[in-house]
Amino acid sequence: MKRTPMYEQHVAAGGRMVDFGGWELPVQYESSGIKAEHLNVRSKAGLFDVSHMGEITVEGPDAGKWISKLVTNDITVMKDFQVQYNIMCTESGGVVDDLLVYRYSPEKYLLVVNAANVEKDWDWFSTHLPADGVIIENISMKTAEAALQGPAAEAILAKVCSIDVQAMKFFTFTDSATVGSIPAIVSRTGYTGEDGFEIYVPWEKGPELWDLLLEAGKEHGILPIGLGARDSLRFEAGLPLCGHEYTDTIGPLEAGFGFFVKVDKAGGFIGQPVLKRQKEEGLKRKIVGLRLEDKGVPRSGMEAADESGRIVGTVTSGGYCPSLDANMALCCVETPTPGEGESLWVMIRDKAKKGTVVKRPFYDRKYKK
Amino acid sequence: MTKIPQDLRYTRDHEWIRIDGASGVMGITDYAQHAMGDIVYVELPEVGRQVKAGEDFIVVESVKGANDVFSPVSGKVAEVNEDLDGAPELLNEDPYANWLVKLEPSDPKEMDSLLDPAAYAKLVEELEAENE
Repeated sequence: MKRTPMYEQHVAAGGRMVDFGGWELPVQYESSGIKAEHLNVRSKAGLFDVSHMGEITVEGPDAGKWISKLVTNDITVMKDFQVQYNIMCTESGGVVDDLLVYRYSPEKYLLVVNAANVEKDWDWFSTHLPADGVIIENISMKTAEAALQGPAAEAILAKVCSIDVQAMKFFTFTDSATVGSIPAIVSRTGYTGEDGFEIYVPWEKGPELWDLLLEAGKEHGILPIGLGARDSLRFEAGLPLCGHEYTDTIGPLEAGFGFFVKVDKAGGFIGQPVLKRQKEEGLKRKIVGLRLEDKGVPRSGMEAADESGRIVGTVTSGGYCPSLDANMALCCVETPTPGEGESLWVMIRDKAKKGTVVKRPFYDRKYKK
Repeated sequence: MTKIPQDLRYTRDHEWIRIDGASGVMGITDYAQHAMGDIVYVELPEVGRQVKAGEDFIVVESVKGANDVFSPVSGKVAEVNEDLDGAPELLNEDPYANWLVKLEPSDPKEMDSLLDPAAYAKLVEELEAENE
């Protein structure tokens, strides 16, 4: 199993280590637990080791044009040192992966992809690489990453970072920062629904960055956060997880992320004809948010049913949301979907449990725009 | 330290049971609640249900996922702990005071196959060593 450079720190801090897509990472820390960690990120701050994420650089005169062919969003509107959320689709309109695109210049980009998909993405990129004009490099194992998230994230980072973090806009980055004495890429991004930063440093500097941020955050009540709360935070904040809200067959429009899909984009992209047709003809199914009213906990893969008991879809993500103190689900169901306030049932161990369709996201995101 | 009271019998699946004459009371162990993490819901069986030893008849849901709980002995469900309904976190706080189900065991001999506190302590010690 692979270990991030912060492995020893996790073990020393009582991290309960699990296998996450071939990476040995803490699901939670003994002294806190998932619920306490989740609430700490919402009220104070949390630090996540996300060194397992994949980083791929793209350079060359045709770099932008090439990336544009692979992703759903319009990267031509990006300025230097902006970050953009993107989805990478298959020819049939399913999802290969979702990713962040960092633009350094029109000829240099950084792609940040899901850890579990690094190899799949690399193969996908390689298959679609032109003969010349684009050079890609997988720097995943050279790059450690920490995510500092929560309302106190800005104050904490300001203590140890060389740049004016308060002036940093949401979804921008810099590659000329130092954190402590470590040269770092810093972006105002995250996966929790809170304000925060993601900080990339050389692999061997990971432990130093980790200790530095925990120390700086001590007076603000920072906690290290495991994978359990990472998932509950993103779920509550309505952020999609590849393999759940996006799959080989559930595309970005059905998942409810049409904002990031420019079906009329000049030059086209892989999957565009299918997605454009979906949009014109209307979606056959869509993901809706659900609050369970009956007792029980909906989980990914359970079936969703209408009042008559007919199966109309499946749960893509489900679970307890600590900030809401409620059991929630995202369900991909056939259209016409029930509207807000209407009922939908989840089959939990052969029993139909009633829920009410609610707006997404469940938790109002607290981004600093 | 994982708490293992001396007056109970245990299963290898981390349930405890106390038999008092014709009635038994059971729950999950300290090791179980700790492994499950924050408990958010307990699905209890119907009163009157007949269960076999080893049958899954309760589901304890934590923030991490659903966990089956197995009956330590065969018998009839006589009572369920309604207190857990609005406060499932009681199981994290004290899994021995906060029982799950009262049972009427149908075969007293089954108690002999359960672990005594020393044997259960040894099992827990082995599991904890594996997780180190």
